[in-house]
Amino acid sequence: MNENSEKHTSDSELGASDSQKIVIIKYNAGNIRSVLNALNRLGYEAEISADPEVIKSADKVIFPGVGEASTTMKYLRETGLDDLIVNLKQPVFGICLGMQLMCSWSEEGDVDCLGIFDEKVRKFQLPEGNPDNIKIPHMGWNSIYNVNSALFDDSLENEFVYFVHSFYVAKGPDTAATTKYIIEYSSALQKDNFYATQFHPEKSGSVGERILSNFLSL
Amino acid sequence: MLAKRIIPCLDIKNGQTVKGVKFVEIKEVGDPVELGALYAEQGADELVFLDITASHEGRKTFVDLVKRIARNINIPFTVGGGISELSDADALLNAGADKISINSSAVRNPQLIDDLAKNFGSQFVVAAIDAKHDQGDDWIVTVNGGRIPTEKKLFPWAKEAEDRGAGEILFTSMDHDGVKTGFANEALAKLSDDLSIPIIASGGAGAMEHFKDVFTLGKADAGLAASIFHFKEIPIPDLKRYLNGEGIPIRL
Repeated sequence: MNENSEKHTSDSELGASDSQKIVIIKYNAGNIRSVLNALNRLGYEAEISADPEVIKSADKVIFPGVGEASTTMKYLRETGLDDLIVNLKQPVFGICLGMQLMCSWSEEGDVDCLGIFDEKVRKFQLPEGNPDNIKIPHMGWNSIYNVNSALFDDSLENEFVYFVHSFYVAKGPDTAATTKYIIEYSSALQKDNFYATQFHPEKSGSVGERILSNFLSL
Repeated sequence: MLAKRIIPCLDIKNGQTVKGVKFVEIKEVGDPVELGALYAEQGADELVFLDITASHEGRKTFVDLVKRIARNINIPFTVGGGISELSDADALLNAGADKISINSSAVRNPQLIDDLAKNFGSQFVVAAIDAKHDQGDDWIVTVNGGRIPTEKKLFPWAKEAEDRGAGEILFTSMDHDGVKTGFANEALAKLSDDLSIPIIASGGAGAMEHFKDVFTLGKADAGLAASIFHFKEIPIPDLKRYLNGEGIPIRL
């Protein structure tokens, strides 16, 4: 184990855990520990690492994130994590900023991103006159519908999950769940082994835990 | 549709939950982690933990508590109390807090809002404002748990906090807090109209109708309360079913 890698287990019995290796990609973004805490609550161990060999050898990779797109992309390029992530073959789960960075371009800092999903990330625009007092960021609990991915079982249709974001991905061929806020947009994406949610499953109560479990069961 | 949020607030002193009535007469009501987990299970949309321990030793206890909360609770939570510099916020972020709220320290040093937003993002920064009604549209901002009036007025200060990068406003009416006759809906509606960030209403919840009013008349995005939840006067599941029945968008 090197300095880029720390291993974490929960304090409680790891009853539901299996022997798979889960790695959370460590980079200059917040919220990584929340994901780890959520995995531990589900009885899984995980490693937080920026070591390419550790990430490549994982059974499941989680790419979380809260932060700013262009700064984070710059960091991923400098560390070579950009090529590494794009070429992963195991199931990869991008969360929030992680999902946005998996798209082709973001308006946040006008930056080219990883290009896994052929979608652009744009800022929410308030409607003319804003008669309904709509706020940006989109913050709080909203529902997901037309769910269409192994991340979601049918029971998750119309369930509420927790969002905090000002930028969104439009609906497209990779849309795996839809949410309405100002417009209908992609609250989840999936293509091949890449899964992503705009919302935070690690903060979405028991519904979020079911989504994380579904990913870990892939 | 984006749901209106119901937020129980837990005041923490020496690691225990307390609730002051009109910010005096403090009474203990239980273990914060246990209570928080219970609220999360009952359908609370977020939790707020306010540390009212002033001492330095108390702060360390609070950071340890925040770590326990983060490990055990599966919904977002805000922590506040005694945050006056970046390093305080950094310790709480690392402990697992989703957001921090700042109050008196931001009034004394407004630049703190800019610094926090720049370093951690606006979504991490809740500007809490305690204010007392003066006359007409004038609300006097108070600090130190409502004890000290300041030169600042509610509406311009809230706008300034938004401009400096706050992600949400948590407004407590000192006239309504603990009185249980409803929220300060008129002032809340004006805040919601003036600002483009979410408004959390606090102070005055005593009945389920008060929440309906604060989401309609008060145009609030979230309603916060303490004692009515701690003393089981209004169970959260009942409140949410009632609001849903009244046509308020709610997460059931």
